[in-house]
Amino acid sequence: MKTLVLISQVPDTTARIAFTNSNTQFDGNGVTFIVNPYDEWYALVRALELKEAQGGTVTSITVGGVDTEATIRKALAIGADDAVRVDAQPNDAFEVAEQIAAYAKDKAYDLILAGKETIDHNGGQVGAMLAELLDLPYLPVVSKLDVAGTTATLECDVKGGVEVCEVALPLVVGCAKGMAEQRIPNMRGIMAARTKPLTVVPGATVEVTARTVAFELPPAKQACKMIPADDAGKLIELLHTEAKVI
Amino acid sequence: MSVLVFIETRGTKVAKAALEALTYGRKVADASGTTVTAVTFGDAPADQLGALSANKVVVARAVKTDDGQQLTKLVSAVAQAEGAQVIVFTQDNLGKAVAPRVAARLKAGQVAGAITLPDTANGFRVKRNVFSGKAQAWVEITSPTKVISMMPNSIPIEAGTGGATVEEFSGDLGTARITVKETRAAGAGIPLPEAEIVVSAGRGMKGPENWAGVEELAKLLGGATACSRPVADMHWRPHHEHVGQTGVAIRPNCYIAIGISGAIQHLAGVNQSKVIAVINKDPEAPFFKAADYGIVGDAFEVLPKLIEAAKKLKAEH
Ligand SMILES: Cc1cc2nc3c(=O)[nH]c(=O)nc-3n(C[C@H](O)[C@H](O)[C@H](O)COP(=O)(O)OP(=O)(O)OC[C@H]3O[C@@H](n4cnc5c(N)ncnc54)[C@H](O)[C@@H]3O)c2cc1C
Ligand SMILES: Nc1ncnc2c1ncn2[C@@H]1O[C@H](COP(=O)(O)O)[C@@H](O)[C@H]1O
Repeated sequence: MKTLVLISQVPDTTARIAFTNSNTQFDGNGVTFIVNPYDEWYALVRALELKEAQGGTVTSITVGGVDTEATIRKALAIGADDAVRVDAQPNDAFEVAEQIAAYAKDKAYDLILAGKETIDHNGGQVGAMLAELLDLPYLPVVSKLDVAGTTATLECDVKGGVEVCEVALPLVVGCAKGMAEQRIPNMRGIMAARTKPLTVVPGATVEVTARTVAFELPPAKQACKMIPADDAGKLIELLHTEAKVI
Repeated sequence: MSVLVFIETRGTKVAKAALEALTYGRKVADASGTTVTAVTFGDAPADQLGALSANKVVVARAVKTDDGQQLTKLVSAVAQAEGAQVIVFTQDNLGKAVAPRVAARLKAGQVAGAITLPDTANGFRVKRNVFSGKAQAWVEITSPTKVISMMPNSIPIEAGTGGATVEEFSGDLGTARITVKETRAAGAGIPLPEAEIVVSAGRGMKGPENWAGVEELAKLLGGATACSRPVADMHWRPHHEHVGQTGVAIRPNCYIAIGISGAIQHLAGVNQSKVIAVINKDPEAPFFKAADYGIVGDAFEVLPKLIEAAKKLKAEH
């Protein structure tokens, strides 16, 4: 089985969020970047588990500048066989999807795994857009994935519950919690990652349909109103009469 | 020219998210002096949608499953027939399977998770949450057709005027490539992403055997239960209850957090709640900084008092 895993780079989950250039750009100063948790913990690890059980290859792909290479090496250390970096600076999910589609369209991947969303952009768009561009099925929030022969069985979070679905390969999957457990790369993996192939391909010319023009920080919270513990029932009263939310 | 609104409905009841999307579509249409067409599928109550904010309803009765590709073809075909300039979706699990596909197919820019109506003073800009609620971004769509996936619970519902025409869609949508083998309902209660009130608890509850009070309070308030990540990881609670950066992101009207420290990754999934109340025995718990109401105290003493007060409130109303 030939698997492609979409790996994006995001600021560490505890990073201070600030902006520069008149609030048009994320301020990466002093920020540690990591592999997007959904891509790493769920998509990549499940791809490796399937490969370990059934054979095949796992390639990672990232659309980004040279600054993403440390993150890509992390994916290699966890166990991807090789990595592709599409050299482009996308400003919108559609540009990412177009770049990956341009690379993947004639490579006949059986399985393409993305995260359910990036924790910085939070769009949940790239996987679905890629699937449309490649004319493949896509399931957005999948908590379990198995493959037998050419059929994938998936558990998908849907409104009000879970659906168990069957889809013939190839397909694109948005990977979420439940699919696999986080793996910490070991020393051997980290050493091996240094010599695994990381291919850089030039970005294709893509169509731009949307772009982020400005960032804002959300309005500051008002001070917290404290209620004494022995009068805790007052909370329910205040939520009803003052906040009017219950 | 029109505004298209994609509606998911099951059974005979029009879901809250659908009403919000219709209200959103109505406002966009009114601002540009055009009409609203609702597009839906399966056994949706098309007549009811017509009585709400739509001028026209197109329903594809033959589509029975959530096949993203069939639904994408449906929405795209109706969008083209209607000359739709703006297509409105809800940013929920089905919306995520269809909206980005429609955007890619029609080469339309998409705003995923919009929290405002479009600002057209300067191009076509819509605000959305980014960095898991720690910031917001204005996204400008530059293509002629625009796709907006609206964040649930970001617009107050307004009743419509009624009187729409209902049309059945008869075009070819191909066959579904996704086969649903089994559907498992997530318990009897209200699904977490749709709940207006959420009672959530963390490691401070000590063990799964102590959740009866959390469930009772949620039930009395007509809400759903949620939990922090370690609680789901230790299997004290099912994983679909895990909220936060790596779990479900929610934005209820009221979020009550009991014995949760308020780590930044937890806040990322709940900081969009309208009102946050925190119960924690540690006055230094970071959660108090993000809270509107706080009680410093032992959950095992506070929770029974909250239940008692909730019972009293329920008896009075
Ligand atoms: C990449 C990454 C992603 C993550 N994603 C998430 C996520 O999506 N969601 C999430 O929740 N976490 C997430 N985490 C974990 C997060 O950092 C915290 O570890 C977690 O939220 C802590 O859970 P907790 O508050 O239940 O437990 P603790 O941190 O152990 O806090 C328990 C709290 O309960 C209080 N307490 C104890 N006893 C009582 C009592 N009797 N009465 C009242 N209060 C009491 C304590 O004072 C304490 O504040 C993530 C971490 C990482 C690194
Ligand atoms: N620049 C990128 N390079 C590679 N994959 C990406 C990139 N951005 C997003 N993805 C993938 O698409 C998923 C959804 O991203 P998003 O649409 O931004 O929420 C992520 O979890 C990744 O798997």
